[in-house]
Amino acid sequence: MAATENLLTLAGVHTHIGQYHILHGVDLEIPRGQLTMLLGRNGAGKTTTMRTIMGLWHAGQGTITYKGEDITKLRTPEIARRGIAYVPENMGVFGTLSVEENMVLAARGGDFDEARLEWIFDLFPAMQKFWKWQAGQLSGGQKQMLAIARAIIEPADLLLIDEPTKGLAPAIVDALARAIMELKKTGVTILMVEQNFGLATRVGDSVGVMDDGRIVHTGDMAELAADADLQSRFLGLHMKGNAA
Amino acid sequence: MSASDRPVSMTDEQPGISGFVLARLAYFTVPFLMILAFVPIGNVSIWATLTLAGLAMGLMIFMMASGLTLVFGLMDVLNFGHGAMISVGAFAGVSALLALTPLYLSSSVELNLLALLLAALVAMAAAGVLGFVFERTLIRPVYGNHLKQILITMGGLIVIEQLIVVVWGPNEIPIPRPESLKGAFVFGDIVMEKYRLLAVAVGLALFAMLRVLLTQTRIGLLVRAGVENREMVEALGYRVSLLFIGVFVVASALAGLGGIMWGLYDEVITAQMGMSVMILVFITIIIGGLGSIEGCFLAALLIGLTNNYVAFLSPKLALGSGIILMVLVLMWRPQGLLQR
Repeated sequence: MAATENLLTLAGVHTHIGQYHILHGVDLEIPRGQLTMLLGRNGAGKTTTMRTIMGLWHAGQGTITYKGEDITKLRTPEIARRGIAYVPENMGVFGTLSVEENMVLAARGGDFDEARLEWIFDLFPAMQKFWKWQAGQLSGGQKQMLAIARAIIEPADLLLIDEPTKGLAPAIVDALARAIMELKKTGVTILMVEQNFGLATRVGDSVGVMDDGRIVHTGDMAELAADADLQSRFLGLHMKGNAA
Repeated sequence: MSASDRPVSMTDEQPGISGFVLARLAYFTVPFLMILAFVPIGNVSIWATLTLAGLAMGLMIFMMASGLTLVFGLMDVLNFGHGAMISVGAFAGVSALLALTPLYLSSSVELNLLALLLAALVAMAAAGVLGFVFERTLIRPVYGNHLKQILITMGGLIVIEQLIVVVWGPNEIPIPRPESLKGAFVFGDIVMEKYRLLAVAVGLALFAMLRVLLTQTRIGLLVRAGVENREMVEALGYRVSLLFIGVFVVASALAGLGGIMWGLYDEVITAQMGMSVMILVFITIIIGGLGSIEGCFLAALLIGLTNNYVAFLSPKLALGSGIILMVLVLMWRPQGLLQR
């Protein structure tokens, strides 16, 4: 297979939430084996795009194709079972369950692949340390790590991660970035929403920029990172600190 | 991550006994209420009788409320038709008892209990089947719409109540307790009515079973996770709607169990009994915190005890005691005793 083959394709996707028309024909291609960043200001439709892929909101028009199959009308559990794992914006950690129980639910058969669990413990040592703790008692950064650990305990083909660094301290963001780089080495395809441009340029391969419910720019992350003009046009980035 | 990134709540609990109690204040409300009630009652024998009656009543309410709180927590469904399962359970169970008259009226404790057990199973089966039909036909079309849920489940309740009248007739049916469960054990000054002890034993066994089911099994984990965040459970690949049917059927079966137990407690059953108990059931799940089994358990005990203590101390207030308790608890914890 060609390296640039698309794992997921959105074509003309419109999503309504109640009476609000949020996505106005999103066209996006997610190349297999790459980390695609989805950027854009607040309210541009990034989270709605993620939720629409996951079937949590349904596209009124357009098609979402995954591995050649139209998954637009499928229900969330069916989409998940096709190998798409999701880390939502609010992390979706079950706070009344222990870290272990959160992970048990994500392991399909109920049993862990020991080698994979060890690998996750290496990525996120806190998970091993607080294995028996109630997840609600973890700090924000630890919850985010649990959310990601939970999404990767089963080998997924596509990982959707929505704003993993939101509200986290710089040291934790750094640790997450390193974990994401490790994750990329496994060859998993990732679509990630991120507001932190520095992190986006560090881990992203390709990029889609959204505005007002549409994709307004797609291309290489490196290209966008190097081009201040593009940044100011699509992201409104003017201050030099932002591109650090 | 850095080593200093400690879990946030490590400092929540203050050291010592007071810290331990403060962190689990809701759990201490029940013993606190018992002690508080002793002051005005002032007589060990009366207090013990009232306490046992309160615990028995509370645990029967728990049987009926435990499933309903999960139904709400898991699918955000307001089921006003739950009372119908209580009534149907009571009538089906009583019919079974009538069919088992030789066992039921024998003087052997074992045969009496066997008759009761079979009647309870019939009650649970009837209410469970009805619950399945109710969920498929009435509730499924109105997911996500509270107003429609209230209207259609109320309608279902009325229809089922009238069907009970059609099948079993319009009169209330007296249902005496078997010989072995009449009377009481007497320890000195303290009188413990046998049937109340049975209700307490059944209620505690049910609570223990639900706890094990919810904490030790995968299905239980899924239910707890689903109560907290249904979308995320679906995003992990599980069909919560299937899980919900199971919870709904179990909730209905437990309502049926509560119905037959309550009927034998009152020694009379009517088609409307479910509806009248539902007021206490709703107060219980609100006080307990919607979706919390432990909260529901504590709340049911508080309701049962308060009802009995107040009925003794100030009979005219008894009817409103549940409401007063609800107001007090919600002023203290607006989300209920154990809602997070």
